[in-house]
Amino acid sequence: MFAVVMLAGIYGLVSASFFVAMDAVDVAFTEASVGAGISTLLMLTTVAMTGRTEHMASHKPLLALFVVTVTGGLLIYGTFDMPYFGSADAPIHNHVAPRYIYDSMKEIGVPNMVTSVLASYRGFDTFGEVTVIFTAGIGVLALLSVVQRPKSDAVIEAINDSMHEKHLILRVVIKTMIPFILLYAFYVQFHGDYGPGGGFQAGVIFAAGIIMYALLFGLSAARQVITQPVVQLLSAVGVLIYGSVGLVSMLNGGTFLDYSVLSADPIAGQHLGILLIELGVGLTVASVMIIIFFSFSARSEYQQAKKGESL
Amino acid sequence: MEIVLSLLSGLFLLFGSFLCLSGGVGILRFPDFYTRMHAAGVTDTLAAAMILIGLMLQNPEMLVIIKLMMILLMTLFISPAASHALGQAAVLNNLLPLVDLNMNHLAKNTTAGDESSKS
Repeated sequence: MFAVVMLAGIYGLVSASFFVAMDAVDVAFTEASVGAGISTLLMLTTVAMTGRTEHMASHKPLLALFVVTVTGGLLIYGTFDMPYFGSADAPIHNHVAPRYIYDSMKEIGVPNMVTSVLASYRGFDTFGEVTVIFTAGIGVLALLSVVQRPKSDAVIEAINDSMHEKHLILRVVIKTMIPFILLYAFYVQFHGDYGPGGGFQAGVIFAAGIIMYALLFGLSAARQVITQPVVQLLSAVGVLIYGSVGLVSMLNGGTFLDYSVLSADPIAGQHLGILLIELGVGLTVASVMIIIFFSFSARSEYQQAKKGESL
Repeated sequence: MEIVLSLLSGLFLLFGSFLCLSGGVGILRFPDFYTRMHAAGVTDTLAAAMILIGLMLQNPEMLVIIKLMMILLMTLFISPAASHALGQAAVLNNLLPLVDLNMNHLAKNTTAGDESSKS
């Protein structure tokens, strides 16, 4: 299973590179950070908990193979009606896309068209995505949370000192690098209007910085910095901000998530709305990634402690 | 001046691409984990640095040059640390490097009697 996880990570990286080749830099950014970065890390944590090989099934799954083949064949048959890849008269290029391309600057005033489509024209979809991420975090908490008594400061110091010699170089380099990584996360978050970026990528980069700290200095030390109640609260606050922006729009006389009514000038209203919802997205994504990683590692520590006791 | 900058940037980019290629060949062909990791480390650090310098020399805008310089600085910090992390993980998990313990070829410098006794 280790090889499979590695192949999945390589696939994510190669997808990111062909997204760049297709000039879709935002998507490439998100794919590289999520698919090739965090996803591989979380899968590796899972493999560390479960084991490197799977149990071979005792029976040959012929029925499953048959169903999969039939479904796959039907799906491929369904694509015969689709227009050719990249043809200019495909419906996707004729109805909504020209409206977005030509009117986005006038109606929303944000140079990065991807952000304007994601945050304003398709705000409902993005709201759904954030809620899905939040639900994933809740699911992990419900299934995997282990009640941990926070270790005392003396114990954390002891763990720290014992690991210090072994990982000295990495610790020094990481200690220098973490502020820059977190700063870069904020840059990506707020620069999403003008270049590739936005809430999802920024949240993942922020979480990656914290996870790196947790990997090198121990889970207990990281939990002292990012306490569990705070990170759980922040993940909910992100979704709450997003929904509240929609409700405030309704209270101001527009429809749900119509940012034009948020301020006197519609363009300023759009800017304000996009800023707030990207903030909500960034908060939720970062907190949920941190929750998932902390839950996995706490579980893994718990398993190892139990194995140590039973020996 | 333009010609010199263009030429220099082209040289750096070419060298960087050659290093990328040789790193790739090395990963596939080297016999041992540590030597393969050296090839990967060369690709990560030196090839990336050469390509970044080549791009820096080609760009007229100051902002882009500064951004590229920051990326270069980060790369020079992080990539060697990553290679070190890999190597240290291997050593700590008892993966020993491949060392050729057959010392016969060193015996050529000794007297003829020793050489005939080893053959």
